[in-house]
Amino acid sequence: MSHLRAENLVKNYGGGSAAVQALAGVSFEVASGEFVAVTGPSGSGKSTILSILGGLNTPSSGRYLVDDIDVYDLSQDRRADFRREFLGFVFQDFHLVPYLTLIENAMLPLATLRLGRRQKRRLAGEALERVGLARLAERRPALVSGGEKERAAIARAVVNRPLILLADEPTGNLDSRTGREVMDLFQSLNREGMTIVMVTHSAEAAASADRRLGISDGRLAEDTAAGPGCPSLVQAAFA
Amino acid sequence: MTLASIALLNLRRRKAKAAFVLAGLVIGVSTVVGLISLIETMTQDINHKLEKYGANILVVPRTENLSLSYEGLSLGGVSFETREIPEADLAAIRTIKNAANVAAVGPLVLGVVEVAGQRVLLAGMDFSSARVLKPWWRIGGGPAGSGGRLKGQGSPPGPDGLLLGAEAAGVLGLKPGDKVEIKGRSLTVSGVLEPTGSQDDQLIFSRLALAQQILGKPGQVSMAEVAALCTACPIDEMVEQITKVLPGAKVMAIQQVVRGRMETLGHFRKFAYGVSLIISLVGGLVVLVTMMGSVRERTGEIGVFRAIGFRRSHVMRVVLTEAAIISALAGGLGYLIGLGLSWAALPVFGHGASAAPAVDPLLAGAAMGLALIIGLAASLYPAALAARLDPNQALRAL
Repeated sequence: MSHLRAENLVKNYGGGSAAVQALAGVSFEVASGEFVAVTGPSGSGKSTILSILGGLNTPSSGRYLVDDIDVYDLSQDRRADFRREFLGFVFQDFHLVPYLTLIENAMLPLATLRLGRRQKRRLAGEALERVGLARLAERRPALVSGGEKERAAIARAVVNRPLILLADEPTGNLDSRTGREVMDLFQSLNREGMTIVMVTHSAEAAASADRRLGISDGRLAEDTAAGPGCPSLVQAAFA
Repeated sequence: MTLASIALLNLRRRKAKAAFVLAGLVIGVSTVVGLISLIETMTQDINHKLEKYGANILVVPRTENLSLSYEGLSLGGVSFETREIPEADLAAIRTIKNAANVAAVGPLVLGVVEVAGQRVLLAGMDFSSARVLKPWWRIGGGPAGSGGRLKGQGSPPGPDGLLLGAEAAGVLGLKPGDKVEIKGRSLTVSGVLEPTGSQDDQLIFSRLALAQQILGKPGQVSMAEVAALCTACPIDEMVEQITKVLPGAKVMAIQQVVRGRMETLGHFRKFAYGVSLIISLVGGLVVLVTMMGSVRERTGEIGVFRAIGFRRSHVMRVVLTEAAIISALAGGLGYLIGLGLSWAALPVFGHGASAAPAVDPLLAGAAMGLALIIGLAASLYPAALAARLDPNQALRAL
């Protein structure tokens, strides 16, 4: 299970007179199995929230806990392990590695695991099949469409079956039909129990989520619902 | 998909950069291998030639008198009439610590005799050691002596035979087969030495026992020549060791030629190592700069790796594996190219060298090790830089 809790998150970039406050004390909780859309105008601090939830961006103050484990109290290596074992990332521009085929990209999160080559390939193949890309497994990213790249990025994010999926503008580079397909996929993953936090500009994409967090000027301006607290798999691994 | 396969696939994708790193390392390694191989071949060649110089240690009786001769010009006639060394004592030379390096010991008894009304120096020697001690000797003309043949040199004199130096034969008007009388003994000229350009041309030679009888020095020798094989032999130490076992003798190393040649080679060796070091450093810099560029180019990719759970050490391993693959390739190629270079350079630097560069597994291993050390050491900083990249900033840089 995975219960996310952000407590009074503050993030400042730069220092002195050039300092910019991206988050000015944001608190919220995401229950296990929730599908949350984080919305707001450009520069409101949405992506900063997502990077903090991903364990990639240390907040200037405040705490971020997953199942009562303070993620930023973990060492760099343990935080990397946390990302590998419990998180899946879908980046705005896909960020597929260009010299790897789609199946090799999907296998990337498994590269550091002690699994056999066949097992890694099988898991990546299943992930690609899950997003409907099995037939393009041996293609390189440059040879597939934007929607297919997005699907490949989702396959890479879910190959290690994470508890939490973090997505940054997953429909930002897609036409509306492909965007709807991706949202259908997210809903399907969510129905299987995956917690999803998605940053989006798109009202249509946000409508696919169970709950919306509206961010404005680094503050939480809107929260349409709140989820219950949950027991913990993360706790078992990192306590 | 493993960290190694990521490294391999990246190398395949960035062929130009990989080739540049490879070229930098290959140039460094092949230069080092070429120079070392050339020096080793030349050293071997000089060693081989030095072995042909014959004796390189002289054992003479200890004397309190100053020498009265200089460069062959004798200012007094008493220098050979000093104390002698007991012949039996020479056996002790074979017992020194470096006895294995002693190729031959040649006892020599010297004395002035009168032949056909001329005073001439008679040298009694052990002809069996002449092949090593006097490899330049060629005995010309005359019937085969009864002492067997010196390999490639001709026949040494028999028990009652004499071997004449070329100049002595001319002055005395003797030729092979002639009879001469020395102190009442009738002896036969069994051969004449071809001119050697040394003092040997003016001497007459006989077997050691015969000369000892004629000169009245039974069981005594005037001096002994020792040939120590290989220039790597510790000549100075061997001189000390022989001095210890022959306290009544003065032991001297004939080192001028050896030292001169070895010093020249030593200077060349130092120069070559210096050049190798500089070229290795330049090769390392090429790797460093190229790998730094490669890491900067891959900032976003490294950000993705970190975001999906690669530890810093995983990122380092990817970069270092790439460096190791290129370095190993450069080690092999550099060795082969270096060997080829030394083949090509030998006629230029090793005039008349008879030896040729050979495949040396130790040098091949060293080349591989050198390439790996340079490649990995130069990649360590770029790898650390890659590992330290802030994943959030790396992703924002995309």
